[in-house]
Amino acid sequence: MTTRTLTMAQAIAEAIGQEMERDNTVFVMGEDIGKYGGIFGATGGLLDRFGPERIMDTPISETAFIGTATGAAAAGLRPIAELMFVDFFGVCMDQIYNHLAKNTYMAGGNIKLPVVITTAIGGGYNDAAQHSQCLYATFAHVPGLKVVVPSNAYDAKGLMTQAIRDDNPVMFMYHKGIMGLPWMAYYEGSSNEVPQEQYTIPFGQAKVVRAGNDVTIITLSQMVQKSLLAADELAKQGISAEVLDLRTLVPLDRAAVLKSVAKTGRLLVADEDYLGFGLTGEIAAIVAENLDTVALKAPIKRLAVPNVPIPYSRPLEQFVIPQVKGIVEAAQALMKGRVLEGVAA
Amino acid sequence: MQASKDTLLWMYEKMVEIRHYEETMATVYLEGKLPPAIQKGLAFDIGSGPVPGEMHLAAGQEPVAVGLCAHLKQEDTVVGTHRPHHFAIAKGVPLNPMTAEMFGKVTGLGRGKGGHMHLFDPVHKFSCSGLIGASLPPACGAGLAAKKMGKDWVAVAFFGEGAANQGAVHESLNLAALWQLPVIFVCEDNKWAISVPKDHATSIEWVADRASAYGMPGIKVAQNDAVAVYEAVAPAIARARAGQGPSLIEVKTDRYLGHFQGDPEVYRPKDEVPNLRKNDPIPKLAVQLKSAGQLSEAEDAALVARAKQRVADAFAFARESAYPVPQEALQHVFA
Repeated sequence: MTTRTLTMAQAIAEAIGQEMERDNTVFVMGEDIGKYGGIFGATGGLLDRFGPERIMDTPISETAFIGTATGAAAAGLRPIAELMFVDFFGVCMDQIYNHLAKNTYMAGGNIKLPVVITTAIGGGYNDAAQHSQCLYATFAHVPGLKVVVPSNAYDAKGLMTQAIRDDNPVMFMYHKGIMGLPWMAYYEGSSNEVPQEQYTIPFGQAKVVRAGNDVTIITLSQMVQKSLLAADELAKQGISAEVLDLRTLVPLDRAAVLKSVAKTGRLLVADEDYLGFGLTGEIAAIVAENLDTVALKAPIKRLAVPNVPIPYSRPLEQFVIPQVKGIVEAAQALMKGRVLEGVAA
Repeated sequence: MQASKDTLLWMYEKMVEIRHYEETMATVYLEGKLPPAIQKGLAFDIGSGPVPGEMHLAAGQEPVAVGLCAHLKQEDTVVGTHRPHHFAIAKGVPLNPMTAEMFGKVTGLGRGKGGHMHLFDPVHKFSCSGLIGASLPPACGAGLAAKKMGKDWVAVAFFGEGAANQGAVHESLNLAALWQLPVIFVCEDNKWAISVPKDHATSIEWVADRASAYGMPGIKVAQNDAVAVYEAVAPAIARARAGQGPSLIEVKTDRYLGHFQGDPEVYRPKDEVPNLRKNDPIPKLAVQLKSAGQLSEAEDAALVARAKQRVADAFAFARESAYPVPQEALQHVFA
């Protein structure tokens, strides 16, 4: 098995290219995905290999081309459509959540819509409120969409291959700050060894990326890389942190969540999406529903972006987006937390 | 409608100011973003330096902004795009707080919260946003408000030829025509929507040809020339002020720099920009003014010096201003 280090962007483009070679019903539509190779590199090199008939630059008409993806999928093709920034979903959300997500159900399971929507998420490089969001919880919240959020190149290739082969709509959400772009600072842990051959990673399988005993950090995307750096820091202080990379939100690996929290008894959910009504609340609720089999040693901690638009100015942005230091401090606080003694029934 | 000497001089000075601003920003933007100051292995780091994040500069597109804004009063509204500086400067947005905003300082138009694509100046009735095509609906709103208040104010929505295929644009054109709103829709055709040329994205040659489909006049300006823009839009402004409804203008203009600063422009022929610059509208207008005896060499030199000073002062103001305290990030979600 040949492996080489790839950036996450290269891994995604490789997955798409290899699947396009294998299956000629796969094609890609999106803005600047052709000669530009995708603003964030997700389709790098593909125009030269497959030509404009299969790597199709579109006008700035998201409703039209994402709806086109739905229609083409219904007709038997396997489109990949790129929504340049997830923040732009507002201009085309009807086609995504009311049609692509719901048609299979409304048809009693009688139609298949194998569409992958790729999209860039995440902040930390001062792109302000309309270009820095994560929003995976929004897509996980509405029924009918699978939601995939890789944290590294190896996972990205396997999950993308799986996404294209899945007969259902998949939101494939890649964080700009771990794509390994030559023009944006990124967490180098996201570039890793990627096999040359094709492989898949099943959805709904979270990964313990670092085993530990004292504290569970449940997280995804770029926050996985930050959590691993925080875990290194914590280890120096004698705190053993387990980091669980969710990898997919829909389907969600609830068993892995409960298994890790049962092991450590202390839960920190670290998320770059908004705090209110989102992922951190969902994970906390899953644990709360299982307190008959999972014992907590401390109240659950949630670290996420507060419900404010992401500010432009550097000190403001660094304040709202959870940082390595914040993860370390939250874990330290967890070690000092206590729950009330159980009350007899 | 012929431009008066004062108007011509105003347009020329504004273009000089805008060009100098954009060229200054192009240089300042690179501070802190290049090796060795950045992460090892990177060629460029967009999030570093005193003006981090994206930067979209309008060098070459000055005539559209000044030709239109020369007709406007402070009470008229302008809604711009992700490439907003020429519109903002032409509309009278003060350079100091505008620049401070781009440096993320608390003295900025948005106290550092908005940044360069989200400049809000309610006094000069200027706003802009980073979503393509999103300028048109709010311009309709400003027009509607003016109409309801019985004022002869107008609203201008700028958008690019790439935006012309976005749903919000079509809805807004119909709504403005239906409700006879005092809006001037101005399409800047700089031929490029990031890397996609117009003929790969738009089914017809002139966006202005869509105007009749929506029930309003369409005006075409084939030259990247402030005087041509000024004269061509005059009837549209007059119509709007007289309560006769909206118009759609399209101006062929030139984008001298990349879509964003740092854009390697691999998609663009290498000789394109040098050729475009041979038709630079600013020296052309200078020559026209001088030949008509409306501007002497000495006056030109003084005008340029003044414009450069204003720009220098703005950048100095921005650098010297303080950042907001981090906790301020939690404020101003609601008024």
